[in-house]
Amino acid sequence: MDPIIFLQAGVATGTVLLFATIGEILAERSGVLNLGVEGMMLIGAMAAFSVTIKTGNGWLGLVVAMAAAALLALLHGIVTIHFQADQVVSGLALTLLGTGLSLVFGEGLSKAGAVTLLPKFTIPVLSAIPVLGPILFTDHSVMVYIGYALIPLTWFYLNRTRPGMHLRAVGENPSAADAMGINVYRTRYLHVMAGGALAGLAGATISLAVSPGWFSDLTTGGLGWIAVGLVIFAQWDPVRAAFGSYAFGALRRFILDVQGPQTIFGIANPFFYNPYWGFFLQMLPYAFTIIVLVLGSRAAMRQRLGTPAALGVPYVRGERGK
Amino acid sequence: MTGSIKKSMFPFSIKIEPRLDTPKWLSPLVTVGAVVVALLLGMVVLALVGGDPIAAYKHIADASFGDIGVFSDTLVKATPLIFIGLGCAVAFRMKLWNIGAEGQLYIGALAASALVLSGVINASWSPVLAILAMIVASMIGGAIWGAIPGFLKAKLNVNEIITTLMMNYIAISLVNFFVFAVWSEKGFQMSAVFPKNTWLPRLADFAAQVPEFRGLTTHFGLVIALVAVVVVWFILYRSKWGYEIRLTGDNAKAASYAGINIVRNTVLVMMLSGALAGLAGMSEVTGVIHRLQGSLSPGYGYTGIIIAWLARLNPFGVVISSVLFGALILAGREIQPAGVPKLIQGMILFMLIASDVLTRYRIRIVKN
Amino acid sequence: MPNAREDAPLAVQMRGVTKRFPGVVANDRVDFDLRPGEIHALLGENGAGKSTLMTVLAGLYKSDEGEILVNGKRVSFNSPKDAMRAGVGMIHQHFTLVPTQTVTENILLGMDEPRFLMRLNDYDKKMTELGQKYGMSLSPKAKIWQLSVGEQQRVEILKMLYRGVDILIMDEPTAVLAPTEIDGLIHTLRTMAENGKSIVFISHKLNEVMRAADRVTVLRQGKATASGVKTSETSIPELAKLMVGRAVSFKIDKAPQNLGKPVLRMENVSCVNDRGLPALKNVSLTVRSGEIVGIAAVAGNGQRELADVITGMRKCSGGKIVVDEENVANQSALKAIRHGVAHVPEDRNHVGTAPNLSITDNLIMKSYRRAPLANGWSLNYGLAKKTARELKDAYSILAPNVETSVRLLSGGNVQRTILARELSARPSLLIAMQPTRGLDVGAIEGVQRMLLAQREAGAAILLSSEELEELLALSDRIVVMYGGEIVGEVQDPTEHDVERIGLMMTGGKQQPPTTSNQQPATSN
Repeated sequence: MDPIIFLQAGVATGTVLLFATIGEILAERSGVLNLGVEGMMLIGAMAAFSVTIKTGNGWLGLVVAMAAAALLALLHGIVTIHFQADQVVSGLALTLLGTGLSLVFGEGLSKAGAVTLLPKFTIPVLSAIPVLGPILFTDHSVMVYIGYALIPLTWFYLNRTRPGMHLRAVGENPSAADAMGINVYRTRYLHVMAGGALAGLAGATISLAVSPGWFSDLTTGGLGWIAVGLVIFAQWDPVRAAFGSYAFGALRRFILDVQGPQTIFGIANPFFYNPYWGFFLQMLPYAFTIIVLVLGSRAAMRQRLGTPAALGVPYVRGERGK
Repeated sequence: MTGSIKKSMFPFSIKIEPRLDTPKWLSPLVTVGAVVVALLLGMVVLALVGGDPIAAYKHIADASFGDIGVFSDTLVKATPLIFIGLGCAVAFRMKLWNIGAEGQLYIGALAASALVLSGVINASWSPVLAILAMIVASMIGGAIWGAIPGFLKAKLNVNEIITTLMMNYIAISLVNFFVFAVWSEKGFQMSAVFPKNTWLPRLADFAAQVPEFRGLTTHFGLVIALVAVVVVWFILYRSKWGYEIRLTGDNAKAASYAGINIVRNTVLVMMLSGALAGLAGMSEVTGVIHRLQGSLSPGYGYTGIIIAWLARLNPFGVVISSVLFGALILAGREIQPAGVPKLIQGMILFMLIASDVLTRYRIRIVKN
Repeated sequence: MPNAREDAPLAVQMRGVTKRFPGVVANDRVDFDLRPGEIHALLGENGAGKSTLMTVLAGLYKSDEGEILVNGKRVSFNSPKDAMRAGVGMIHQHFTLVPTQTVTENILLGMDEPRFLMRLNDYDKKMTELGQKYGMSLSPKAKIWQLSVGEQQRVEILKMLYRGVDILIMDEPTAVLAPTEIDGLIHTLRTMAENGKSIVFISHKLNEVMRAADRVTVLRQGKATASGVKTSETSIPELAKLMVGRAVSFKIDKAPQNLGKPVLRMENVSCVNDRGLPALKNVSLTVRSGEIVGIAAVAGNGQRELADVITGMRKCSGGKIVVDEENVANQSALKAIRHGVAHVPEDRNHVGTAPNLSITDNLIMKSYRRAPLANGWSLNYGLAKKTARELKDAYSILAPNVETSVRLLSGGNVQRTILARELSARPSLLIAMQPTRGLDVGAIEGVQRMLLAQREAGAAILLSSEELEELLALSDRIVVMYGGEIVGEVQDPTEHDVERIGLMMTGGKQQPPTTSNQQPATSN
């Protein structure tokens, strides 16, 4: 097992988590918790695969995936923003609905054959950097590079632009934002939908780049839920989200790859000789998510930072004296 | 009133006003309406993908309520759903989002099966004792699986939604490990069949006395589930603890002001919720499949969430909604495409919470 | 008044403004005018219609009748943004600030500039300069949550100045301020007036009005009883009469005191607030059976934390709290309840009640765990309902029945529900926090009578109220808190003590405490 190869593959899987996590950060920063990431990712994966199979155009697949997931997110937005429904339950409903829709529309897709993947390439100069070059900049899908760009862009958007500042205000103190003339509902709708679009992008990245194909609801395998957990770990910060995403991506690849070789570093590989131990390996990402949450929650409790203050609370204008 | 109403281009405008009082009939009416609208939307989607929605719905009705035999099968599917719906209802009452019922079901099944497969319970035990022991084991198993996220939530304020969900994946892997590595029968993805004394009695077992019961699969688990319904109702509406749960669920600050120990109750309620889900696992392995296997549940744990919501967290309502969803799951197995039952479930839940606004607000159309 | 030019055109002219809400006339044909460069106080009791009148001016409400002129032009604002464009801005009692953002970000919030990218360093410099112009020093990079309330208020003012507001309305700006901060605020307002800004200063505090304002308009029950009187030509007693409409009577009929043994004894109690800063510093206090001890303090000087530590809802960092001969410090809320401590919390909607549960469920919050309601693990709901019906009648809670959700009740009825629950337990110690805040006159009298009845029944009562008149009328003794410490005490307070108490409340004068809390512990 070559560590460089598994880390390189881990970056690719991590890119999926990165899109989903950053999307959820945008939604939660506006004050809307959207637990439906898994459902939106499935819709995205299915739509991207289906469109690409039919048209042969992966880019079109991407766009349709983002639009479909954003539409689903819009549904969550209407129910939670205008109807003030419980965001937790609505998110669960979205997961079920997204899973159901993707299964219904994805019927037969699993046998549909191979699909044209999104292009892969190596970045000329950067790939020459020792260690990091082969891991980060060699023979990656274009989605991985888009992921790299998204990290600073999101950070910059949140912290150095006017709409980003308004977004943070809406998530922290919507009535203050409203009083200053910011349209709270519009801000929330836009970012919930942007979050959905990114979740759709995450799904498309799976089906068109990382592990191509449509494997019904196993396509995402709980990545959407891990992304929701990573948001808490990341304390709603895109840079921390990137670290978390790539680490989890690497962990997932490690679990897949560690069972292959007969020996690791010259010793007999216990996972090769006891294949059932693999079940314990499979638990690792989920167990790590819990551990990461425990660490994140302790930090959040100690410093009382990160969590948008209005997260999960519907905003009703003009409810005074409450 | 000069100038206090903005001039509008339309002759009518929609006014939304908070309701001061909700009539008793409104909430059930809205619930039924939401289900109907969800089913209609489901038809639209089915038609879109080229299916025949009317045939599909007719099939669902026939295959679940058509005759006593299929209705008995519907009740078999409803049994684990009742347990899980109850578990979710208890936890949701305290605003604890336990979506880990799926994993708690698996661990409950594992704990009950372990007694048999490890040889603690053997063929010489009396059925009553064997079943009682398995009930206790499954409840303990489920309770432990619920207690872990409960403890993390209570002590460290760790989001229970994610932890309970992660525990689902862990539980399924754990059961798979035991099924494959420890108790596998000839390398298959299942254990050996349990001895007969651990099987929950079925109606068909009494066909000698009551001929009408011939072939009916409904098993004793349903009775246990109905007992659990009554117990949970008493806990929620007739006990001090239930009062504490309801008070904490409505306003945690008021609860701590009233001297209620929220940390302890969080762990206890998660344990009760997990124990109920664990019973569902026991009921499945001893009442239906009579062995441990890797796939135990077609997502009962998630369906239970909707059931609890549809029942508006009322234990008796859980029974009715479980039968409806039991029918959907039973008939849905044969419906193509495979995602239809999940789609309808999601649709129903969405419509339910969206329609809630009607019970809180009055929507009027007024002439300008 | 040096800056108010009497001949200049008026900045604001409100003529015959009437504003109705369902069931009330909040403003009844009110005239109000504001000259450029003056500080004009709008004086009145709670509920007199001061804030309503000004929210009409600031574009939040529309008036039903009357007209408004700003700088000589008739206006009709549809939103605060409209008003802001015409140079009218209002700072509300609850600040509209985002705690996690910096001063600069908060000032820029909702502005049209910058369009997209923010060069924060440039804007930081602008904000500093703007602050310096009006004598307000602020670090533009500081986050709002790191600032004191007074500094936050300065951010609100800067927000208005940055938006080019010439007519600034401030709603009760001193209510949340520490005394030194009040001086700072008045200084800032003066600087602004000198720079040509016109300021409306809403207040119900006479001495502040006299100190800060050039002219004053008094509202009583929605009507103006004085319009634009110069403060130099009036006096505090005259204004008080205009404000309340009767010679101020500080006395309520009170039964003679029957002082019993000490029920609450606090010794050197200290604690921290939610932010981890010291909130109580070595507080010692004794409350005896049959007496009402009033706490006089400006909001945020430790009275809330004092109630919290006694009722077991907050941990102490030191000291002893003895109730019923037992130390209950750092125990639980349950322990306090078991010792007969009743608590009327300051926040009746978020702490005192469970809004979606029934009146019955809310009434049994403290008694459900004991007989006769409880029997082992079970709870007798039949009896609970019966008891609730009795309490509903005894405390005149207006509701269709005891199954009604508390969320549907009016503020007064919510408060009566809480009082019914807390008082029916026959407490030995009652902690009453702002029990009459936000209630109408009839409800206030009812609550006050209930407190006096408890006193006669032998309860020890600790009463906190923002209305000094109420404290004077009800209390047998008043302790004054400032900065988390007890800075003074007045036995048998009368209206003559108002000034002295006011001075101590604002940290102006410390006097050595004289009475019971300094008695040696051996007396108990």
